[in-house]
Amino acid sequence: MMLAQEATPLIDWEWIGRNMGEIVDRTWQHLSLTAVSVGLGLVISLGLSVVALRWRWTYSPITWVTGLLYTIPSLALFALLVPIVGLNATNAVIALTSYTLLILIRNLVAGIDGVPGPVLEAADGMGYTRRARFWQMEIPLALPVIIAGLRIATVTTVGLVTVTAVLGLGGYGYFILRGLNTFFWTQILVGVTLSVALATVLDVGFVWLQRLLSPWARRTG
Amino acid sequence: MTRDSMIRLEKVSKVFPGAEMPAVADLDLDIGRGELVTLVGPSGCGKTTTLKMINRLIEPSSGTILIDGRDALALAPHELRRSIGYVIQQIGLFPHRTIGQNIATVPELLGWDSSRTEERVTELVEVVGLSKGMLNRYPSELSGGQQQRVGVARALAADPPVLLMDEPFGAVDPIVRKRLQQEFRVLQQRLGKTVVFVTHDVDEAILLGDRMAILNVGGVLEQYDRPEAILAEPANAFVDDFLGGERGLKRLALLTVGEADMRWGPVVDVKDDPEEARKAMSREQVDWVGLVDEGRLLGWVDGTQVDDTPLAELEPRPFLVTLSGESSLRSALDAVVTSHARVAMVVDDGIYKGMLDLEGIAEEITE
Repeated sequence: MMLAQEATPLIDWEWIGRNMGEIVDRTWQHLSLTAVSVGLGLVISLGLSVVALRWRWTYSPITWVTGLLYTIPSLALFALLVPIVGLNATNAVIALTSYTLLILIRNLVAGIDGVPGPVLEAADGMGYTRRARFWQMEIPLALPVIIAGLRIATVTTVGLVTVTAVLGLGGYGYFILRGLNTFFWTQILVGVTLSVALATVLDVGFVWLQRLLSPWARRTG
Repeated sequence: MTRDSMIRLEKVSKVFPGAEMPAVADLDLDIGRGELVTLVGPSGCGKTTTLKMINRLIEPSSGTILIDGRDALALAPHELRRSIGYVIQQIGLFPHRTIGQNIATVPELLGWDSSRTEERVTELVEVVGLSKGMLNRYPSELSGGQQQRVGVARALAADPPVLLMDEPFGAVDPIVRKRLQQEFRVLQQRLGKTVVFVTHDVDEAILLGDRMAILNVGGVLEQYDRPEAILAEPANAFVDDFLGGERGLKRLALLTVGEADMRWGPVVDVKDDPEEARKAMSREQVDWVGLVDEGRLLGWVDGTQVDDTPLAELEPRPFLVTLSGESSLRSALDAVVTSHARVAMVVDDGIYKGMLDLEGIAEEITE
């Protein structure tokens, strides 16, 4: 291995130039797998959070089940899903989505619980219906905490997408897996660097989004 | 009461689930149109529960609540609440909305068009004594006193006939509280809302209430009357005890100088002969004389200065404290005991009206 390293340069720029098309395709794949999984996770979490907030006793079983999902190693989960859905994007999205649930539900519930009681009392006293109060008071006020959850879920998902390379997907993980199989360092480095960069860009994007959506919380957020 | 009823509670009770005792038991309360009624009592007396049953944040276990003749329990709660202003101690402004948006809350829920809402918001900002420049700020950028002014403006936004206030000035510091109380009294006189005002502060209840309802633990109404009447004649030992000491002083706080019998005292016109000044001093048995010029109070001079010099040529010293007819007798008493001459001079728009001394004030208490 030492020999191989000395024989070829760590970064083969020519390879990168030749594979730009593939890199762009994999970027798109990485991004869409992340977006679909986190988006789906958010919708499911919102539904489960509403249930948990409405019927408090359900919160503990919900976090127990989503917590259990969270502990299953990703490779194992992909494998478990193969007999059910096959070796495809559906498999990846189900697994990736299930990993976002615990984080998102916890932050949704904590964020909504954190809305000050007097604000809710005032909203009720002014004549808000329960539904209007939820969408116009509780969700906007919980937004900084919800987005904090989305940041963690997204960064985690960007990392996990690379593992879906074993399903023939993987986004940048495709490069990492190929590189590992062929001891080709450039491919590994490209996969790792771009994956980290994507996670960073999305994370910063959420910070920016939070500031945009919650100008009132600028000082605390 | 001949006054027509705005809010009427009939045999209203509230028993919270799991509680042995009712929080409020068979309460009858009739609040007139345009009246400010304070609900006061020790903790556990059900005053807040009573208030919240009026806008149904708490549902009564039994009884009837009529608001302007309509059965409050027959309406959808959110519809009912949009027609009732609500102010709470913790203010509860919406942190994610600007001051303008906060004030516009109920008009927006009622679907007013934006120009009407905007006009109303601008009007209200001034009514509660804030500047228009604050409309685009967020609640966290305001002081507690300013926030509660916004709270009041928000409650008044849709011009509801009824205002419910739950210890609205309880969370601000004493100096701001006093100012908010005074301003609110003036505002209330102008707007003529029917106000139910919960407080645990007897002095606040006395100061603000047209009538005060004193509640005992379990929501028992011990006395319901004008503050002067309650202070003069507490219905029972509980009320007497709850009013605390200094009942006489508290009554004095409600009476104004203008209502009291004033004396002219040792006061002469600067154009009078100095002999008049000497006569006034010996008549009143004092060693000073007050000087007026065409009714305007100039000040006082020491008796030793009064010789044959025309009074107009003397240099009177100003009275440190003067009162107006609007001042309370309590502040008159304070002026008397702190002034060197043991009198309180009453001046309206610069014109001397008369003076009050200890004896005169004592007579007002015992009347």
